[in-house]
Amino acid sequence: MNALSDTPPEFEQTKTQKPDRVYFFGTCLIDLFYPDAGLSAIQLIEREGVNVIFPQAQSCCGQPPYNSGYREEAIQVAKVQMDALHESIPVVVPSGSCAGMMKFHYPELFKNHLRAKQAQAFSERIIEWSAFLHRVLQIKLEDLGQPTRVALHTSCSARREMGVTEDGLALLRQLQQVDLAEPERASECCGFGGTFSVKQPEIAASMAADKCNAIKQTGAEMLVSGDCGCLMNLEGTLKKSAEYSSAHTIDSTHLAQFIWQRVSK
Amino acid sequence: MSAPFRDQAIHALQDEQLRENFRGAMDFLQGKRKAVFSDTIELENLRQQGHQIKAEALANLPELLEQLDSQCSKNGIQVHWAETPEQACEIIHGIIEQNNGKLAVKGKSMVSEEIGLNHYLEARGIECLESDMGEYIVQLAQETPSHIIMPAIHKSKSQIATLFNATIPDTPYTENVDELIGTGRRILREKFQKADIGISGVNFAVAETGTLCLVENEGNGRMCTTVPPVHIAITGIEKVIPRLSDLPPLLSLLTRSATGQLITTYFNLISSPRKPDEKDGPEAVHLVLLDNGRSRMYQHPELRETLRCIRCGACMNHCPVYTRIGGHAYGTVYPGPIGQVVMPQINGLDQQGEMTEGCSLNGACGEVCPVEIPLPDLIRKLREERVQPQPAESPVNGAGSHRTRVEATAWRFWRWVYQHPELYRIVTWWATRLGSMLPNRLGPWTRTRVKPVIARQSLHEIMRERSNQPD
Ligand code: SF4
Repeated sequence: MNALSDTPPEFEQTKTQKPDRVYFFGTCLIDLFYPDAGLSAIQLIEREGVNVIFPQAQSCCGQPPYNSGYREEAIQVAKVQMDALHESIPVVVPSGSCAGMMKFHYPELFKNHLRAKQAQAFSERIIEWSAFLHRVLQIKLEDLGQPTRVALHTSCSARREMGVTEDGLALLRQLQQVDLAEPERASECCGFGGTFSVKQPEIAASMAADKCNAIKQTGAEMLVSGDCGCLMNLEGTLKKSAEYSSAHTIDSTHLAQFIWQRVSK
Repeated sequence: MSAPFRDQAIHALQDEQLRENFRGAMDFLQGKRKAVFSDTIELENLRQQGHQIKAEALANLPELLEQLDSQCSKNGIQVHWAETPEQACEIIHGIIEQNNGKLAVKGKSMVSEEIGLNHYLEARGIECLESDMGEYIVQLAQETPSHIIMPAIHKSKSQIATLFNATIPDTPYTENVDELIGTGRRILREKFQKADIGISGVNFAVAETGTLCLVENEGNGRMCTTVPPVHIAITGIEKVIPRLSDLPPLLSLLTRSATGQLITTYFNLISSPRKPDEKDGPEAVHLVLLDNGRSRMYQHPELRETLRCIRCGACMNHCPVYTRIGGHAYGTVYPGPIGQVVMPQINGLDQQGEMTEGCSLNGACGEVCPVEIPLPDLIRKLREERVQPQPAESPVNGAGSHRTRVEATAWRFWRWVYQHPELYRIVTWWATRLGSMLPNRLGPWTRTRVKPVIARQSLHEIMRERSNQPD
């Protein structure tokens, strides 16, 4: 982990080679709430000539029970994912927090387990989607969209565990018509935190409100995030506040969907 | 189940002035820390060093404590061991009585807050005056510290002006900081002259040499440890470090993490009472070593890491929850991330386990901790201990106390669905078909947010239709 900067940790050299095939782990939030983001993420990979495999047996990384203290439940669900994504090819995850769970917490979860070795090997195959596009595929994007101003929000796990804030920014910078805005206190948590926003809704709401105000102040027209949890939290808060005021509203979408729309018109 | 933490947090959130005070102070402290750690490589090296020193100290804790005890005794410092807060208070009270003490002046010490020393002594007719300016303010206001380094950080200048004006005789209302500090100093000076006992905390206790180290900025701490004839230092047993040479890196980490200072104004090294040829210093020095649950923490292989803490407060300065609700909302001696880890272990998960929920696991605290305590992991671990089904297997006080059948069953059901692809397929099929029928209000979530919309087709379904990929 890197303390004060957003520079991504050195990425293992082996991963920078472009693979023929990858697994795509859809995440439970994308599956039910943002499937278009998942599809966009997949299509962007396929456009680069990489075969994307989406095993139907996958479900959720197990983070919700893990963070709530229900370790056994997390272990059982994590096993299903490791089995579904068993071939030794990269696993691309369009969410910093699920990627962080699989990369850094699976080894912890299985540390005294028969599957400890498997979990370790599995974790090494995990790569967050924007990092995959930027670092491994070294994708070149051509912007076909209208000029717009955009703010990127990275989840805390994307920023601190996966170190991929720069990857998301680098992808957005490639879009010629996109003007990047940097909200104040960009590194502060939006207050989602999975079950935190349900168990401490008041504190979570005050964090989300501050975040949204900072985003509004940048004059951005669009909020993008590589993490659906944060997105759901901030989108919900922005829309709710728009119900009460006629001031300019900010649309929001997953980074993958935003990029796909800009390059595929 | 009652939820005092959540109630207090809601209350604090409504206090606009408080939120503003904390936001401003935390932004300032974050900025200062960032500025003095501009070299990230140096910082990482230093943090690793700090981690190692404290880890080594912990690995040899029993031996080091014995070494500290014997070295201190050799130097003429009298060492006392206290298992509980009551014992520590009794020991301190006993020393004061032996010396016919009436007035004690106290330097900043969170451990003395932990054992409730002021109240204990006051109830026995001994005045105990806080000499750290922040602590003094808090004492005047009859409050407790809201931060471990900056006890009165929750107060604005005007609130302090009002307080001084109302509680100190002949003090006009002024927001001039120099004048306010002048007032405090005048009063403290009188007390320093009269005091027969000086009480202080300890930042590091060096086993090798039997030296007590104190870090401070105002000089009041030094007054407490040199002017009165008797000095009593109190510390948690985790503050022991092996060697004198461990001090420079730890000190550098402490001051930079806490207040963003490269060094502090005062760094006191106390290794004995006054010697015959010395002009100042107390005639007797006592050291009280407090356990209060620390041995218990020591028994847990992961939670043991809690004891590496050097009490710099950086974790609270960077915590988005602390920034919003302030220290008092936690209702505990130590607030913020480290408080969420320490307090439930000291007082039991049954008593204070709820505060572990006041965390979004965003990781900012762990990222800044100068001795690399994985605070988010420890908070998660405590949540696990709190709901674990076999409390007897855990050394943690109050393990399993918050396990409810409803919650445990809910997670078991969740697991059952997410573990079985066929079942998952059925559940999501129905969810995508019926999702639009969900009510617009979903408890507290929708009070400040619109309802999340379930898609008409899950990604699983889209991908199934898109290709005939194998399961
Ligand atoms: S846990 Fe770390 S950051 Fe927090 S007070 Fe202790 S040493 Fe400082």
